Amino acid sequence: MISANLSAIFYLISGVLFILALRGLSSPETSRQGNLFGILGMIIAITVTFLSIGNFSTGFIFVLIFILIGGSIGAFIAYRIPMTAMPELVAGFHSLVGLAAVFVAISAFVNPEAFNLGVRGDIKLGSLIEMSIGAAVGAITFSGSIIAFLKLQGIMSGSPIVFKGQHPLNAIILISIIILIYLLCASQSSNLFWILLAVSFLIGFLLIIPIGGADMPVVISMLNSYSGWAAAGIGFTLENTALIITGALVGSSGAILSYIMCKGMNRSFFNVILGGFGATDSSTSSANKEQRPVKSGNADDAAFLMKNASSVIIVPGYGMAVAQAQHALREMVDTLKKNDIKVSYAIHPVAGRMPGHMNVLLAEANVPYDEVFELEEINNDFANADVAFVIGANDVTNPVAKTDPQSPIYGMPVLDVEKCKSVLFVKRSLSPGYAGIDNDLFYKENTLMLFADAKKMTEDITKNL
Amino acid sequence: MEIDPLIFRLSIFILSIFVGYYVVWSVTPSLHTPLMSVTNAISSVIIVGAIIAGLSGNSESIFNTSSIFGFLAIALAAINIFGGFLVTQRMLAMYKKKKKDK
Repeated sequence: MISANLSAIFYLISGVLFILALRGLSSPETSRQGNLFGILGMIIAITVTFLSIGNFSTGFIFVLIFILIGGSIGAFIAYRIPMTAMPELVAGFHSLVGLAAVFVAISAFVNPEAFNLGVRGDIKLGSLIEMSIGAAVGAITFSGSIIAFLKLQGIMSGSPIVFKGQHPLNAIILISIIILIYLLCASQSSNLFWILLAVSFLIGFLLIIPIGGADMPVVISMLNSYSGWAAAGIGFTLENTALIITGALVGSSGAILSYIMCKGMNRSFFNVILGGFGATDSSTSSANKEQRPVKSGNADDAAFLMKNASSVIIVPGYGMAVAQAQHALREMVDTLKKNDIKVSYAIHPVAGRMPGHMNVLLAEANVPYDEVFELEEINNDFANADVAFVIGANDVTNPVAKTDPQSPIYGMPVLDVEKCKSVLFVKRSLSPGYAGIDNDLFYKENTLMLFADAKKMTEDITKNL
Repeated sequence: MEIDPLIFRLSIFILSIFVGYYVVWSVTPSLHTPLMSVTNAISSVIIVGAIIAGLSGNSESIFNTSSIFGFLAIALAAINIFGGFLVTQRMLAMYKKKKKDK
């Protein structure tokens, strides 16, 4: 058994190690070391908790058994999960953090003595407020992440689910949560605690269903943030510094990522959260679409164009992930490089279904990270490049965002693909992208459409090079 | 007059938000996915609360409502800790620089 002061110091150390873990991610070289700091911080926190309880009864064995069960499931998933499924995995993990926070809060509510929070029915007011906030945010994180997971996994349709009176309903529920917390603190009634949990689960569910598939980067980041705030809420209840620091770090990290993602789409956070984007305009845009001529080509034409180029820029998008084309793409690039063609990759901030999704897929395919560039770094290079190879991206290349103030995506930062001498656009059909609008790029003089599955087309091009 | 310990915890919390703000802005965009998986793993430090809950029973009855929720929370947090750190490790191992010997 160690003193409360000593364990508080160790919790502080593990909090600092978590800060260093995030700091390490500022560059790929330091990132692996950062991850080790994170692991070390976790080991310290868990060990200190054991030592400070000092109760090595039979219960202790069960703690180890449950850590082992959870740990082996987690390790199994971590090794088996394909990189393309990373967004689902992260959404799933968020739901677990949320649920764990709910469980800890329930446990503290029914047995406050174990946590030094007073006795049941007379929990210290401050602790009760913190506990109920932690539980409510945890429950919202849980049910929200489950919906995000189902949408990403394709079990649930990615299209927004909207109904009349949705926003007023959500607003009423959110207000009722605040009232419930107030009443709970005034009465200490356990019934109100359960109602609070049920209502929080419900609102988490309702908040995410109207948000469409391509807005998932924002949703995942937002839920990341929530899971942090839930942890911080529980940290206040348990008076645990490690949890408070971590909760604050994760909370602000998720908030920053949401901000970056919203900026990448030139939309306000509220616009994304209120949802329904792309659900309404799709019918109108297909109705008044005039038939415009497109040039389409085959793998042979594409190979010819690329062979005569001196620099090629690749623009990957979510379609590449769906087609699992990243390895085929890297093989094509290898062949290009053998012919002394300069190749770089351009990544839009919201390409894919989560922040940094494309970067991970390219890294998996052994693409060196110094050939991969962000939008601002590479956008001026399109004018000097010979060929842009757009694979699985659509809306993020649409020049309409710069020219047509009527367009729903007007003002969104886009890759200046059309400035290239020629554009190769791999796509299965001419269908509009997620935003439900036609891409002007399809009809440009210098665009060659390659209608095929991304993976198959890339392989065919490689054969023809 | 004594200062309520809550104020100290609140100070730590607020300062940590600022630390988080500056640290996360310096994360390179290409590592945003590992950032999410590692924040996932570290937020599972909530396991310390779960362990306290799990050990809240006495020697006669290890299992009561409180400890059962504790044990479940331990398992959930452990999935996240192991899964989160290992998958981050796996991702980070893939980020390589251009080979110079070409």
